[in-house]
Amino acid sequence: MKHTLRQIFRSGKFVFGFSIFVGILLIVIIYPLIITNHPLEIVGQGTFFPPGVYVNVYDSLGSTSYTLMLEDAAAKRIASKLSEGDRTAIKEWLVKAGIPEGEIDTADTEKLLDQWVNNYDPNKNIPGMTNAKRNYFIRLNNSLKGLLSTEGVSIAVKNTETGALEESDFVGQSEYVNVSQVASVRVLPLGTDNFGRDVLTELVAATRVSLQIGFVAGTIATLIGLALGLLAGYVGGLVDDIIMFITNLFTVIPTFVLLILISFSIGQDKRGPFAIAVVIGLTAWFWTARAVRAQVISLRNRDHVNLSKLSGHSIAHIIIADILPYIASYVVMALILQISAGILAEAGLSILGLGPRTTEVPTLGLMMNWAMIYQAQILGKWWAYFPVIVVIALIAFSLNLMNTGLDQVFNPALRD
Amino acid sequence: MSNTMLEVRELTTKYITRFREDVYAVDHVSLKVEEGKTLGIAGESGCGKSTLALSLMGYYFPPLHYTSGEIIIDGHNITGMDPDVVRKMILGAEIAYIPQAAMNALNPTQKIIHFIEDVIQEHDLYVTKKDIYERARILFETLGLPAEVLQKYPVELSGGMKQRTVIAVSVLLLPKVLIADEPSSALDVTSQKMVIKMLRQLMETGLISSMIFITHELPLLYNVTDDIMVMYAGQIVEKGTAQETVFDPLHPYSKGLMGSIIVPEKGLRDVKLAAIPGVPPNLKNPPAGCRFAPRCKYVREECTLHSIPMHEAAGRRAYRCIIPEKELREIYAKEAYRNAR
Amino acid sequence: MPVEKELYLSASGLTKVFGFGRQKTVAVDHVDLNLYEGEVISIVGESGSGKTTLAKMLLGLISTTEGDIYFQGKKRDISTHRKKKEYWKNIQAIFQDPFSSYNIFNKIDTVLLDCIHMRGGRKFPYAKKVELMTEACSFVNLKFEELTNKYPFELSGGQMQRLMIARIFLLKPKILLADEPTSMIDACSRATILDMLMQLRKEIGMTIIFITHDIGLAYYVSDSVYIMEHGKFVESGSADDVILRPKEPYTKRLLNDVPKIYEEWDLSTV
Repeated sequence: MKHTLRQIFRSGKFVFGFSIFVGILLIVIIYPLIITNHPLEIVGQGTFFPPGVYVNVYDSLGSTSYTLMLEDAAAKRIASKLSEGDRTAIKEWLVKAGIPEGEIDTADTEKLLDQWVNNYDPNKNIPGMTNAKRNYFIRLNNSLKGLLSTEGVSIAVKNTETGALEESDFVGQSEYVNVSQVASVRVLPLGTDNFGRDVLTELVAATRVSLQIGFVAGTIATLIGLALGLLAGYVGGLVDDIIMFITNLFTVIPTFVLLILISFSIGQDKRGPFAIAVVIGLTAWFWTARAVRAQVISLRNRDHVNLSKLSGHSIAHIIIADILPYIASYVVMALILQISAGILAEAGLSILGLGPRTTEVPTLGLMMNWAMIYQAQILGKWWAYFPVIVVIALIAFSLNLMNTGLDQVFNPALRD
Repeated sequence: MSNTMLEVRELTTKYITRFREDVYAVDHVSLKVEEGKTLGIAGESGCGKSTLALSLMGYYFPPLHYTSGEIIIDGHNITGMDPDVVRKMILGAEIAYIPQAAMNALNPTQKIIHFIEDVIQEHDLYVTKKDIYERARILFETLGLPAEVLQKYPVELSGGMKQRTVIAVSVLLLPKVLIADEPSSALDVTSQKMVIKMLRQLMETGLISSMIFITHELPLLYNVTDDIMVMYAGQIVEKGTAQETVFDPLHPYSKGLMGSIIVPEKGLRDVKLAAIPGVPPNLKNPPAGCRFAPRCKYVREECTLHSIPMHEAAGRRAYRCIIPEKELREIYAKEAYRNAR
Repeated sequence: MPVEKELYLSASGLTKVFGFGRQKTVAVDHVDLNLYEGEVISIVGESGSGKTTLAKMLLGLISTTEGDIYFQGKKRDISTHRKKKEYWKNIQAIFQDPFSSYNIFNKIDTVLLDCIHMRGGRKFPYAKKVELMTEACSFVNLKFEELTNKYPFELSGGQMQRLMIARIFLLKPKILLADEPTSMIDACSRATILDMLMQLRKEIGMTIIFITHDIGLAYYVSDSVYIMEHGKFVESGSADDVILRPKEPYTKRLLNDVPKIYEEWDLSTV
């Protein structure tokens, strides 16, 4: 046993897969201990806030302000305000005003603004320009004026008695606050989803639930498969025929269709994560059963089984002591694959909207489902679905890698 | 005196295990096979006889490594040659090898003629398929194999027929030396006899010049070979003619080995079979001095002190034991007398 | 056959058919066999002759298609586990491949303890069990102190097969079925194994059935020899009669095809 374990951990593939898997497990366990927010708490009023650090504007007014003289501050500010559409509009006007096209560079904000300020004349009549277009340029000019101003912003508070605005504070252009001194800051590393929930916290919780579903489904499938495989393989005869008939029946029906039908017929309100796990487990056992049966059939005529029979051992003893240990490695490998398949099956079901109906816990599949319904992929809100795909891929990859590693250890033909 | 087809001088090869340990499975082995002769190598499992067979071809791949010694085939020293040259020019053409389970080496999805095409085209690119077929047909008919076999798949042939086919394929390029490692051990007695008959035929028709025959089945070895070498723990412990080695062994190990022969012949039931207690040594660290000493009935103090060289004996025999030939014969005679009483 | 000896095991019309319909193969075809007390018989056949199937039927490891097996004069009844266990106290086996005969997860102690338990020694104090195991091991020239807490695969093939004999020593069955017990071990250890079996036979009055493809071995060890071909016995009789004066062409061919030492091996007859 010790020797086998040592051999397993000498396999590079297994160790790599195992490390990834343990890493995921550790994150799933430790993350909720540090970030205690409820995973489904709605924090954002609106959909799909991009990833980033969210600083409370009100609180930052109240915190100590520092003056930093940064040269590129103004340029950056303008650059961030001037959209690509505005830039091309400016260019269009300038060209029509007679500036050679070669001299205009829409990427060079400062030069572009210079050219604009020097040349723009709202009264200039440009042939072929509609009134609406002319008004657009006037509005653009006004907004740019505000940008180019060097004064700060006054903050006024409404006097509750007179109703008049009284200046309470003034924020200059080179005033800064230290983020760590602002009372309320929320980091949303993966932004928010369509409901305004923190995607990272949700993802960690979803991974935990999906792993649980995978474990439950995998264990159920392996146990049923093992029991039926052992029975069919060892007892043989009619029992074998009946079990193999059922197994073959299950094999020819596409599992996923079966899964969809069962999930659908359970009914919306009974479909919790556990119920889904059980359903997945119940539809995934037959490959294990077939494989175990084949192994047992080859084992039951071995001399050591015959010797055990001759030593007067009962069928139960022979199955437990003389057959199970020989297929244990195989069963562990099957279990790992079943877990991986269970997680994928849940994701598949949930994408179709037949996953666990729940408002308490998210799953990886449900997150994908939500992202899809709210068209995250069309809107380019990658943070709502891409991290989920990465996690699913990582889990499946690590489990399969572990399986391959184990196969190499247990299967001498693959050993190098 | 006839030509020496294969001469091996002090050949030593080793296995390097996964744990970087050296296992010297062939330890300073020297042998000579003359034209028209068959040399037999006898020994128990794990004594290094199969490794010797592999080493004789001069083509090594891990975990087997060459250490020292020379292999001379028909006057050409092939040690130190480029492995690719050895593979292309020597293997098959000069020296051929039939491994233990040769018949399982046939790819079940290919017809027999396909293997023959493969073998010939590897050495001669410009030969046509028709020529190859003709050549194969003539060879098969010479060896008494039906030519239809060429168009069959391996699964359509019986075990004995498969084995004979493999042997025929292996002598296609008319090698000078054929090494047969237990060519008949997985077959029933009748197929075994056919394989042996075919090997004899190869020698008689001159398709091969000489043969090295390796087996643990002594009656078979006795019937096939001219000379016998007995191997124990990677070393040659006795050399002599087949007659001498089987009926008058000198080394205590050979004595035990020959005493354990079982043949369905009159008188067998009156003989007490010889048994050698213990197990062969682990070649990772063989015992100092005589390697057989821990199991030897006649062990003396000097046996374990330093390694024992081969001693010449009457005729062209040699054996690896410190007890002089005369004394050994006396010991054996006394023992036989005691057993008879 | 001496009349006063008890008829231990006999079979009449024993048949085993595998598969059905077109895939039907008759492995053993109406075989009759009589085994008397203290006898050593050999069943000789080439691979595929059905000798191992016959052995398994005699052992009760597989069912018979047709025919009856009588044990000590009564029709054998192994319908329940309890009855099977009772039968296996009387008949035991040694298999061909020592490397696959042991459960690699069980220690050597377990193998031997199982035998003591089967002989009703389950309640023995541990010291008594150790004494029995030591005795059995020393009978086959093994040291129990060196074997305890070891696994069978740590031994050599010859040692494993000797451990198998130690098992038989503890079980003391009336009949031993030895299925090619020496075919996987070296010639030098073969004599040791055979000697031990013969000594054990003397000691506990055991009857032995050898199953072998080696006609020389059959001649060496047995009183009577049965030659089997395609599931049928083609010739049987005392060892000397069958081997030295064979009557049937199959036996003659078999003998003729085995390489000899003293006689000429005739290669022209194939």
